[in-house]
Formats: sequence, C-alpha cells, structure tokens
Amino acid sequence: MITHLPILQVVIPLMAAPICLILKRPQLAWIFALAVSGLAFAISLVLLQQVMVSGVISYELGGWQAPWGIEYRIDQLNALMLLIISTISTIVLFAAPESLDKEISKDKHTYFYVLYLLSLTGMLGIVATGDAFNVFVFLEITSLSAYALIAMGKKKQAVWASFQYLVMGTIGATFILIGIGLMYQMTGTLNMQDLAQRLPEVSQTRTVFTAFAFVIVGVCLKLAMFPLHLWLPNAYAYAPSIVTAFFSATSTKVAIYLLIRFTFSVFGLSFSFTTVPLQTLFMTLGVLGIFVASISAIYQHNIKHLFAYSSIAQIGYMIVGFSISSVSGLTATLLHLFNHALMKSAIFLALAAVAYRVGNVQLDNLKGLGREMPWTMAAIVIGGLSLIGVPLTVGFVSKWYLLTALIEQGWWPIAVLILLGSMLAVIYVWKVVEIAYFKESSGAPVKEAPLSFLIPIWTLVIANVYFGIDTRFSVEIAQAAAQSLFGGGL
Amino acid sequence: MNLSLEVMLQLSIVLPILSIFAIIAAGRYPNLREGVTITTCLILICFVSNLYQGLLSGETISAFWWELLPGLTISFDIEPLGMLFALIASFLWLVTTCYAIGYMRSHEEKNQTRFYVCFAVAIGAVMGLAFSANLFTLFVFYEVLTLSTYPLVTHAGTEKAKQGGRIYLGILLTTSIVFFLLAIVSTWFVAGTLDFKLGGIFADDVNPLITGTLLVLFIFGIGKAAIMPFHRWLPAAMVAPTPVSSLLHAVAVVKAGVFTVLKVCVFIFGLDLLAVLPTTQFLLYLAGASVLIASIVAMRQDNLKARLAYSTVSQLGYITIGALLATSSGVIGSSMHIAMHAFGKITLFFCAGAILVTLHKSKISEMAGIGRQMPITMAAFFIASLSIIGVPPTGGTWSKWYLMMGALEADQFAIMMILMASSLLNIAYLLPIPFHAFFPNLISFKQENQIPSSTGTSINTMSGLQIKEAPWPSLIAIVVTTLGCLTLFVYPQPLFELASAVLTGRG
Repeated sequence: MITHLPILQVVIPLMAAPICLILKRPQLAWIFALAVSGLAFAISLVLLQQVMVSGVISYELGGWQAPWGIEYRIDQLNALMLLIISTISTIVLFAAPESLDKEISKDKHTYFYVLYLLSLTGMLGIVATGDAFNVFVFLEITSLSAYALIAMGKKKQAVWASFQYLVMGTIGATFILIGIGLMYQMTGTLNMQDLAQRLPEVSQTRTVFTAFAFVIVGVCLKLAMFPLHLWLPNAYAYAPSIVTAFFSATSTKVAIYLLIRFTFSVFGLSFSFTTVPLQTLFMTLGVLGIFVASISAIYQHNIKHLFAYSSIAQIGYMIVGFSISSVSGLTATLLHLFNHALMKSAIFLALAAVAYRVGNVQLDNLKGLGREMPWTMAAIVIGGLSLIGVPLTVGFVSKWYLLTALIEQGWWPIAVLILLGSMLAVIYVWKVVEIAYFKESSGAPVKEAPLSFLIPIWTLVIANVYFGIDTRFSVEIAQAAAQSLFGGGL
Repeated sequence: MNLSLEVMLQLSIVLPILSIFAIIAAGRYPNLREGVTITTCLILICFVSNLYQGLLSGETISAFWWELLPGLTISFDIEPLGMLFALIASFLWLVTTCYAIGYMRSHEEKNQTRFYVCFAVAIGAVMGLAFSANLFTLFVFYEVLTLSTYPLVTHAGTEKAKQGGRIYLGILLTTSIVFFLLAIVSTWFVAGTLDFKLGGIFADDVNPLITGTLLVLFIFGIGKAAIMPFHRWLPAAMVAPTPVSSLLHAVAVVKAGVFTVLKVCVFIFGLDLLAVLPTTQFLLYLAGASVLIASIVAMRQDNLKARLAYSTVSQLGYITIGALLATSSGVIGSSMHIAMHAFGKITLFFCAGAILVTLHKSKISEMAGIGRQMPITMAAFFIASLSIIGVPPTGGTWSKWYLMMGALEADQFAIMMILMASSLLNIAYLLPIPFHAFFPNLISFKQENQIPSSTGTSINTMSGLQIKEAPWPSLIAIVVTTLGCLTLFVYPQPLFELASAVLTGRG
C-alpha cells in the first residue's frame, strides 16, 4: 500500500469525482469530497515524510519501467507542492457548503464538488508525475475543470471571465504541448529525467531552443506572469468565492512549479540561464510585474480584483527569486510559494465570508465591517500584514530570504526595488483597512460570519503567524528542495 | 516572589501583553479595568527595578526564546542603556495611566478599553525592544510598536485622525522596511551576525564605503528618531488623545527611535569605527539641521501640541547628534537626555492635555491668563520648559552639559554652535507660554487688551479667578513628573552611572 502512495495521491480524487455524481445529494457529495481531500492531505504528509527521510521516491505506473512506462517521481519539491495543494484544498472545502448556498443555485452543488475534485486531481497529477506528456494531460484536466468552476460564478461576467481564461489557458496549454512535442522529436522520450539526460546532446539545435521558448511562454501564461497576466484578475474576481480561495493558493503555484521543473530539471541550469538570457528577462519582468500589478491593485474598487492584482505582484517576487538562479534565490521562491498560499487563501476565504454576509465585495461594502465582522476583518488585516512582510508573519520570512539572496549576488538596486514594492502593498492593504474600520456602515448591520467560515479562516491565519515564527519546517523543506534542484538530476 | 532574574526579564515583556486579556475581560467595569492596568504597571516596575538591582550587582541577565531563522534568534540581554530606557518607560507608564484615567473620563473618550489594550501592547513592545540582544529582535519589536500604536493615533476615528494615521504608518513603515530592513539584512550579510556587541560587529577590513552607506541607511531607516526629512509622522500623530501623545510620542515611540540609533552606533558600529566613517559628518549636519529647523518651525506653531511635537523633533536631533559624535561624553549625554527629555516633555504634554480637558483650549494664543486658573499646571509647565531648555535647577542641565562636552571633544564647533542656538530657540518658543499665562497684561498682549473688551474675552483675566485645575489623577501625574525633572537635577547620580556604564559594559 505504502509503495503505491504516489499514484494513489492522484487516482483517489480522480475516481472520487464521478462517485460524487452518483451520490447526487450535495450534502453527501460535500462530506465525500472533504473526506477525499483529507485523504489526499494525509497521503501527501506521508509522502513528504518519506522523501525527507529516505530521499526521492520513484513509482512505475503499471510496473512498466521508465522511460518506456510513465514514472511518478516525488522529490522534496514535489512533496512540498503536494502538501500545499492538498492542505489548502481541504481547509477551503470546510467552508464550501455555506458559501455555495449564497452563490450557486442548489441543483449545481453536486457538479461543483465533481469539478473541484477533478481540478484537485489535475493539480496533484501535474506535480506528482515525472512524465512531460502526463503534465500536459493533467494540465488540461485542471484547466477544463477550472473554466467550468469559474463560469459557475453568480454574476454574468463570470462566463466572460471564464472565456477569457479559456482562450489564454488554451494558448498556454497548446504552447506547452508544442514544446513537449518538439522535445520528443529531438530526443524520442517523454520522461523528464530521460529528457534531462538527452537534451544536452542536442541543446544547440534550433528545435530545442524553439521547444524551450514554447514551454516557457506556455507556462508563464499559466502562472500569470506579467505581462501575460490579463486573464487572472477577472477569473479570480468573478469565480465563486470558494474557487478563488482555492485557486489563488494553488493554481498559479503549480505553474511556478512547472517553470522550475522545466528550467532546472529538464533543460538544466546551464541551458536555461547561460545559453538563454532568461535571467535578465525574468528579473526585469518580475520587478515590472511587482510594480505594475501593485499599482493596479491600489486603483481597484472590487476587493477580489485588488487582491488578484496583489497575487500577480507576489508572483513577481517569486519570479525575481527564481531568476537569481542561486540556491538561496530558489529557496526564497519556494518559501514564498508556500507562504503566499497561506496568505492568499486566508484573505480570499475571509472575502468569501464577507460575500456570504454582505453579498458583494466592492470596497464600499466593507464600510463598518471592522465593527460588525471583527474576526473576519482581523483575518484580512493579518493576511494583509503578511503580504506587506511584517515580522512574525510568513511574509517576512520569505522577504528576508529574497533580500539575502539578492544581496548575496550584490544586486542592491533590485533589493531596494523589492522593498519599495512592499510599500505599495502597504497602500493597497491599508485602503481596505481604512474603509473597514473608519467608515460608518451605510446599510443594515450584518452579523459576524458563521463558524464554518471562521474556523478554516483562522486555521489559515494562525498558520500565517505560526510559520512566521517557527520557520524550521518550511525553511528546511524549501532549502532541501532548492539544493536538490541544484544538485542536478530530478 | 522568588522569581529568577531571567524569568523576570521575560515576564516584563510578556506581562503587559498578557494583561490585555484581563483588560478586555474587565472592559465593562472601568474601575476594575483601570485597576488591572495599574496593577500591571506596579508589577512591571517591581520587575524592572529588580532587574536593575541585578544589573548593578553585576549579574548577566539574558534569555533566549526561539530561533526564527537559522542564526537569527529572538533573544534578550540586559545592558545599561536598555535598562535605563526600560526604567523610564515602565515608570512613566504608571504615571501616564494615572493621568489617562483623569483625562479619558473627563474628556469622555470612546473605546477606552481598546485604548488601554493597545497601550499595554505598546509597552510590552518597548520592553522587548529595550532588552533585545540583537538587531533582529529589536526590529521585530520596533514593528510591533508601530502597529500597536496605530489604533491609538487614530483613536478619534475622524477623517483627520485617519489622515494622521496614514502619515504615521506610511512614514514609519516605509522607512523601517525600505531602509532599516535593508540595512539589517546587509549587516547580517557583511558581518555575519546581528548580536549587539560593545565595540561593534564589523570586521576591520570591511570597506568603509559599505559601512558608511549602512550607517546612512540605519539613520534614515530608524524613522522613529524623527530626523528630518522623516519627521512628518510625529506632528501628524498629535491627533491622538493627549495621554498617547505624552507617553508614546514623548517617551516610548520616539525614545525607541533614538534608543535604536544609540544601540546601532555603539553596539553595531562601535565608536571607533563610527568616528572614521565618511558619512558620519554628513549625518551630523543633517541632524544639526533637523535640530535647528524643527526649533524654528516650532516657534511658528499656534497649536500647543504641534509646537511640542516639533520641539520633540528638535530634541531627538540632540540625541542622534550625541550618538554620532562618537565620543564617550556624547553617548553619556545622549543616554541621559533620553531620560531628561522624557520627564520634561511628558510633563509638557500632560499640561497641554490638562488645559484641553479643563479649559478646552488648544491654541497658544488663547492661553494668556490661564495661570490664574491653573496655577499648578502652569508652574509645572514652566519647570518642564526649563528642563527642556537645559537650565538649573532641572535635570536637562546635565544632559545638555555632556552633549556640549561631547561636541567639544570631537572638535565639532559647528555642532556646538547649533546646540547653543537651538537652546536659545527653546527659550523663545517655550517660555512665553507660561509667561503669558501668569502675566497676561505684559508684553505683546498689551495691544490686544487695548481692543474693547467685547472681543477680548479670549483673555481670561475677567472670566473669574477661581482655580479650576485638571481632574486629580491627572494633576498627581503632572506633579510627579515635574518633581522628577527637579529630582534629576539634584540627584542625577544613578542615571549618570547607568549612562556611563553603557560604554564600559556591565553596571
């Protein structure tokens, strides 16, 4: 049983999705989905523990030996990603039934859970697999379910947002597929580890360059890197609140995982950063992304838009850390990946609670909520402080690592820019705080969110503070993962 | 109680923060709530004075909490400078609480529970800051202090309070994250440690250009020290209720700033290195300019609290100068000035608040003649002004004396001239206030008196001569701090010993 965990991690939610359909009743489907997600969480914990103790786990699907068969491969990086995805998915699901009641018509609830599980499957699959084509398959599973989930949003714009995402996402996926196809043509293999060994022989060919370009652009579309981010704000803003909370913490993170995996493991460090000038390009785009997105965030009137832009800015930080291409830079990126998942899921889940009570998440609707929904707003404030990077929150830890990584390379100007970027975060976070705490509410007073919201929200908030104080767990894994990526091989 | 000194050290940080639960629980019963606060104050003072005794007897008192990141710990260690700061802050917390009881009730402020809660958190942060054993711990508490005082600054909840809060938080967070954090990370990278160590932590072969830049980053980054051009938050914070202005913006927050400056100068750079850095001179002049300009701006303020705020900016410049002079007298002068200015300025703020709650006046031009109604308050104001100016028989004399000596030792005649000029300016903007209060018919107000009495009602000579002082808890506070100013002149010995022990290590 234990040896089959890598595949069970993916297959259980996959099989569970149609079962949800059979269960029919939303309540049952919810409990079932929650159980499955919890099981995925447990599996990912065990996997992580195994990887940390005994190193990389390789699992041959159907007993076919790699590179002929499909290989599932779990190293520190994968294990960390699996854990992030399954944890957030489980925590967010707790609040789902209440939130869905207000946002999606009753007869669609069961479908929601089906799609949710499929999307979870896809993400877990992308991370767990060691096969390039498999990545594409799971990417499509995630994307297709995501389009449907976003389109379920209450407002009319949701359909349009979903369509935008569909167009961009399909282009991205197609690019990735073209890239993988070109690689296959040159090397005759799809197994990532095998690719990593064979690509250097042909690395000077134009085909490989083209493959690299297609894969990177495709992945960057998926991760909403500036300037390919245009689909994200609307998708986040109009999707059902629960979906936003789940995706904000996971979907772009998975794309960043792919970026790291392809550049560091498949194409290799020397090709990605020496042969191709990826460093300058990504550094520039990362910093630009931080500024453009943060400034856009300041001017938003819809809070979900505001924090969606903030997500793009935070992706900028991860890209900057990635582009340093040193162990400490990559550690910073991975840490921020973990930390940002905690911050954003907390914030968006709190916004789901606001939407539940107020029905709307325009800035003006927040008036007086500091008094009326103290716990929910406090969660947003703490999440916001974490975004700014105040000490004793997770945001500080990742910022610290990013700064040290930059200074290590002597890139002072970038370090200053990064810090200035967090000042912009102060502005947009405080915009929310001022409205919530200083404006008198205009409409009828609302009650504090129900416990089914507050418990998951505060679990995440406490995690935000806990991992900001006790950093052993996150730093250790991030460092181990970064080192293994630099140690060569998968 | 048989607590070890280590436990007391940690409790003195944790206790104020724990007390918030009791304060919240007692929120409905104001007397009980204030009782909780006062009890906490008393226990805290008891702890701190025990620690003081321990320090005097030469014990090493330190504590370790946890390792946040590899090599970066939250840990505490008591040395004389921190002790001095903790003593002042804990004692003045008690006095301010006493004052606040009178002030907040007679001013009928809302959300008093929140007020006392944030106050307690702020004091806990000050204790942590004072006792921190490394720059990292200090930074953590520095930020906690900023955030916990934000709700105090914006207490009134009005549009003006919101604006003030924006400037307050904007400047303090910006400077601390953009400059201070960058300086800390760089120091960590260059020196490999952030522990405070007498004589500095930089190796001899570090490029002075790098350390020079770091010094600039530090001085700019410690926005709480209110060196121009990063001083705007201090006047902006004056929208807060007066007890907040008095404790936090005359003692805790601003002194946390200059305390950090001193700590960085003495324990991160070390005086020897500081004296030869290429940027020290530039920063000295910057601080000097800050002293002079703030004094001049203070003269032009008609709002009493605003005038006091600019006066604080100016006086903080003195302390920064003393640290940057890099001589032993300079450091002693600065350390002593932390205490002297704290007592003087808190008294002045108390008086300003007392005038506001009893006579509802906040403008200096309206205060002529009020000495007859509030003789004790205005006498206290007079004495505290003397202490700020630095003339006997008040404590301010000593600190200014040592600061001058420091400037002489370092051959900084320009700085010395600035200090003297600023003292003259202090006289010009502080003394007229009590003067007009007691003798409204003299000097400039003569002209106004010639105007027919229908418009002259703002002068209080005719509005009844009965004495109308502030509520008694506030009055007690005023008297206590005023006596403090006087006592520190007669008996500065313990303070001086602490201050001079800063450079020699243990007390």
